[in-house]
Amino acid sequence: MAKITMREAISQALWEEMERDPNIFILGEEVGVWGGTYAVTKGFYDHFGAKRVRDTPIAEAVIVGAAIGAALAGTRPVAELMTINFAFSAMDHIVNEAAKLHYMFGGQFILPLVIRTVGGGGRQLGATHSQTPDAIFAHFPGLKVVAPGTPEDAKGLLKSSIRSNDPVLFIEHATLYQTRGEVPEGDYTIPIGFSKVQRPGRDVTIVTYSKMLETSLKAAEQLAKEGIEAEIVDLRTLRPLDMGPVIESFKKTNRAVIVEEGWRSFGVGSEVASRIYEEAFDYADAPIQRVAQKEVPLPYNRNLEQMALPQVEDVITAVKEVL
Amino acid sequence: MEKEEYLDLYYQMVLIRRVEEAAAQLYQQGKIGGFLHLYIGQEAVSTGLISARQPQDRVITAYRDHGVAINCGIPAKKVMAELLGKTTGVSKGKGGSMHMADVSKNFWGGHAIVGAHLPLAAGLALGDQYLENDAITICMFGDGATNIGYFHEALNLSKVWNLPVLWVCENNRYGMGTAVERASAVSEIRQKAEGYCIPNDCVDGMDVLKVRQAAEEAIRFVRQNNSPFFLEIETYRFRGHSMGDPERYRKPEEVKKWEENDPIGIYRNHLIAKQIASEEELDLLDEKATKETAEAVQFAETSPEPPPEALFEHVYADVS
Ligand SMILES: Cc1ncc(C[n+]2csc(CCOP(=O)(O)OP(=O)(O)O)c2C)c(N)n1
Ligand SMILES: [Mg+2]
Repeated sequence: MAKITMREAISQALWEEMERDPNIFILGEEVGVWGGTYAVTKGFYDHFGAKRVRDTPIAEAVIVGAAIGAALAGTRPVAELMTINFAFSAMDHIVNEAAKLHYMFGGQFILPLVIRTVGGGGRQLGATHSQTPDAIFAHFPGLKVVAPGTPEDAKGLLKSSIRSNDPVLFIEHATLYQTRGEVPEGDYTIPIGFSKVQRPGRDVTIVTYSKMLETSLKAAEQLAKEGIEAEIVDLRTLRPLDMGPVIESFKKTNRAVIVEEGWRSFGVGSEVASRIYEEAFDYADAPIQRVAQKEVPLPYNRNLEQMALPQVEDVITAVKEVL
Repeated sequence: MEKEEYLDLYYQMVLIRRVEEAAAQLYQQGKIGGFLHLYIGQEAVSTGLISARQPQDRVITAYRDHGVAINCGIPAKKVMAELLGKTTGVSKGKGGSMHMADVSKNFWGGHAIVGAHLPLAAGLALGDQYLENDAITICMFGDGATNIGYFHEALNLSKVWNLPVLWVCENNRYGMGTAVERASAVSEIRQKAEGYCIPNDCVDGMDVLKVRQAAEEAIRFVRQNNSPFFLEIETYRFRGHSMGDPERYRKPEEVKKWEENDPIGIYRNHLIAKQIASEEELDLLDEKATKETAEAVQFAETSPEPPPEALFEHVYADVS
């Protein structure tokens, strides 16, 4: 096992897949000459050439729309939306086209398409550039939504996303690119749609994903010092949502806290909490707690922004609430 | 033009330059966060353009907005305070570099989603048309923004509804690292206006007086005809797209060549050659701008952080 960064993991997955299948190509803003604004595709343009690493105009609707068309025509595009905030400019194509075409035409249309994008706050980019609207995208049947929290998962899940014959929205987190983790050598995949216990524990179940996995792990470490052992279940995929490990853990701990970076209302926590209540109500020893972003557009000022984002202490407080 | 006006244009350009140089330093010291897009090299564009507006005319632009803010009459100290995220900033520290606005100065922002403010500009003009205000809207955007659908929807509507809006494309040859020719089917952006039958013009954006003259004519046209006009302004940004841009997409020689065309230098030489102002007078203005910048930094650094309650203020206009 090698210890690499999230950026390297994602980059390797893309690179290896492109080496494997010449029909895979990348399109997006600044993916080529610039090397990707988050440097994920650095070196790709020189190696794979302009045909397979395509700089696009600033035009998200046509990036996604053209990727859909090219996928239908038999290629396997990986479209990059510079950040998830710009996905709103492509919403129609994501929601009304990508998520619908296979079903609506009775299974005739096949869309082996990945939309890679970057979400999350905490970098003082202000309200329009800091959002975590993952739950919105997870609302639509027909779209798969993947949001890894570790390099190992990122690499394996991106490979699966590229090999999938369905449209996948692959959400990376802007502040996780430098995060290091062990990654298996060689070619491996991690199937889409499986949650995973990232830390075993007996006292409380923390359900989370993406950046908040890191936050939750830190909280768990501190709680451990007080003798509280949190079990952390990482969703990894928001749709399809795998509740198996969550329910199993909850039946053991009887208490749950759900931690997400996005807003609380109508969020991932709302969905996970209701599923726990539906499937394991009798096991609950306390009302489930949700930790999420304060219900405001994210401000630029650093202190205010940090106040709005879920912190380690918020997770600890919520855990103590359910104990 | 009176001498004072000539000098005022000069002062505004120098002040923008100094303020942004200071901002770049503060960014490096970690006192400014987020993205910082400098306007250095493009100062003559907004300075000339906005000097031609009437106070009732509205201005709206993209995220490269510090210069525009200053030209609209926002004091440098309020710009600087916003960059430092302080309560005394134009947007109370909530907007940051990309989101400055001051409604009292008819400056409607600072918008960070590329192209998204063009439909808003059409709407501002629609509002003025509807209310029969004698105002026009000046909408500034980059070359890169002319490739997104919003641009085309907004231009088309402005022509169909005869909206009093002046579309101003700041063609600085790149949208991030993508040269115009690599992203746009036409590299002469004004041709896109032709497609919507919007009268148009193109002007050298390194010459503040040429910009001002073209803007005066364009604004007069919009006001008199109650219909849109399109102005392409050719310019160049001397710095990276934003701080930390590795600038792999252009050669240092290219930048150097453009830097020889510094809009401030060109204008300074012009003022001296035409004997409108003396070296000494201009030096004094340079000093004044340096001083105002230092005061702005001081003001921003000593201004208070927003209080925690500010987090929940302004989510809605309706109270309760
Ligand atoms: C819809 C959208 N897509 C992408 C971006 C990221 N982005 C910010 S600025 C920029 C380049 C814009 O270039 P241009 O319009 O020429 O303006 P300039 O930066 O040259 O002033 C890009 C791609 C964005 N902010 N919004
Ligand atoms: Mg540009």
